[in-house]
Amino acid sequence: MRLLDVKNLCVRYGELTILDRVSFSLEEGQWLMLVGPNGAGKSTLVNAISQGAPYTGEIRFDGTDVKKMRPQELAQKIGVLSQTHFVGYAFTVGSVVRLGRYAYSPGIFGGRREEDEEMVRRALATTGMEELEQQSVLTLSGGELQRTFLAQIFAQDPRVLILDEPTNHLDLVYQKQVFALIGSWLKQPGRAVVSVVHDLSLAKAYGTHALLLERGRTIAQGEAKEVFSPEYLDAAYGMDVSGWMRSMLEQWKEE
Amino acid sequence: MPRKRKEHKGDGVPSPSLKSAPIKTREGFRAGELLFFALAALFTALVCVSAGSVNVPLKETFGVIWNAIFSLPQPDTTSVPIILSVRLPRVLCVALTGAALSVCGGAMQGLLRNPLADGSTLGVSSGASLGAVIAIAFGVTFPGLPLAGTMVLAMAFAFLSLVIILGLAYKIDYSLSTNTIILIGVIYSMFVSSILSLVITFASDHIKSITFWTMGSLLGASYQNALVLLCALVVCGTVILRYARELNAFAIGEENARHIGVPVKRVKLILMIAVSALIGVCVSIGGSIGFVGLVTPHMVRMIVGPNHKRLLPASLFGGAIFLMLADLVSRVILSPLELPIGVVTSFVGAILFVVIFYRARRVRA
Repeated sequence: MRLLDVKNLCVRYGELTILDRVSFSLEEGQWLMLVGPNGAGKSTLVNAISQGAPYTGEIRFDGTDVKKMRPQELAQKIGVLSQTHFVGYAFTVGSVVRLGRYAYSPGIFGGRREEDEEMVRRALATTGMEELEQQSVLTLSGGELQRTFLAQIFAQDPRVLILDEPTNHLDLVYQKQVFALIGSWLKQPGRAVVSVVHDLSLAKAYGTHALLLERGRTIAQGEAKEVFSPEYLDAAYGMDVSGWMRSMLEQWKEE
Repeated sequence: MPRKRKEHKGDGVPSPSLKSAPIKTREGFRAGELLFFALAALFTALVCVSAGSVNVPLKETFGVIWNAIFSLPQPDTTSVPIILSVRLPRVLCVALTGAALSVCGGAMQGLLRNPLADGSTLGVSSGASLGAVIAIAFGVTFPGLPLAGTMVLAMAFAFLSLVIILGLAYKIDYSLSTNTIILIGVIYSMFVSSILSLVITFASDHIKSITFWTMGSLLGASYQNALVLLCALVVCGTVILRYARELNAFAIGEENARHIGVPVKRVKLILMIAVSALIGVCVSIGGSIGFVGLVTPHMVRMIVGPNHKRLLPASLFGGAIFLMLADLVSRVILSPLELPIGVVTSFVGAILFVVIFYRARRVRA
């Protein structure tokens, strides 16, 4: 089943073209990796899909133009996890996660139905944040903070998860944890993931499909193993990517 | 040997002042808390009505107000007109103004995710006074409605100021950092005061009433003023409280608010209109009273936590109490001389502002 359909997406700021006629589609069960060098337009693509950047072209969810959806309706279909979180005040982990239910029951008295509580409880359990529910977000480590927002997005229960560098600033242990959590979330039917990833090894290991961008243009797209071929990567990054990766791996050879 | 995993502490960029805030589990405002804040506000009001250049015993004050409410016969003492004609309307206006400005401050601090945002630091209050002054200087009135000219222009200028300040801030620094907002607020206030001087030059015969708006004073406030303030507070306060959950989302981050489905632009516009209307009414009645909206939500947040479902109602009462006490101090500290109330609030507010700003810088450093 096709969940997301992006056609001829362009984002321009004045004379500057950030994204130039990008098209892709996302089927159920796919994990699409958005890769490319800095300034390729990956984050802008994520912003455009979540209606945070002005664009021309078409973005459809399950056949419906997302521009025509109400914000709550869109949030029920597409959830976005940003790369950094700067919470200004001492909110508890629980109250941040509970806001994930906003799309289903907005208003001042919303979010208190049994169904909402159940989703919040499950999201906290999945991410291992149950014990920290009453803790202030200001006292959390980077990894715990990221897991808090991951729990929020799980409580939001969208069909498509869009992640902008979900493991940026996180150490290896958390990187592994976060990718494993997303991997098991994706196993449920009717779901798909799009993520911006800088680390090509992670992208290759977890992605089923990939979209390689360079200066706003598509260099290659399709199944991950095809996109991550030396010829495309070298063209996008302007260097011998697989040679570099192999030389990095050499460092870990046991002597 | 396995190494200990490194902890990333402080990636969340802690807010300046709120690390010590207690963690609260309840989302809403409990009936007991509501009663406590309401009783505290009522008791403060009673004390403020009793105290002054002529002190009336608490019991007598209570009796006079009780008799007035239930239309019972009053004793024949001088305290009756002092209480009913002078102090009670003034204390009512002070309490309502304090409540209104604090709710506005709390809402703006949440909306902009900035603990230093407030009508006076952003320059919205100065904008509103400019509106009021223009109305006086050029004689803008609505027939049959006293104060309506100054009020409408004050509200319009407050809204316009908020739009200009936020528009500029977004253009310069999209993340709306504390420094940018404060800087723009200061520059905007200076700009407004230069225009104010210009207006005064052209309307020198109105100088006395114009000075009133720039200083902030509730001397001679009437029951009619109190009624207007109450209506504005009920209407705009309800709108602001209605969006308490959305304000929580904004306080966590505007981008996150958009991602969870908050209609960001609409909510922001509605809140900005409600806040500027309320500030406009307050300024048109009591002049520009600085820092109330900054100090109260900040102190209240330390007691009830950052959740706006609790913070806003608590700020309402907290603001009333704070401004009533400030007014009391302004009346008694140099008695029989009286200080403008804005002097007291700015004195306390400016010191607290420095403390918050200093702590914010230290945390970031």
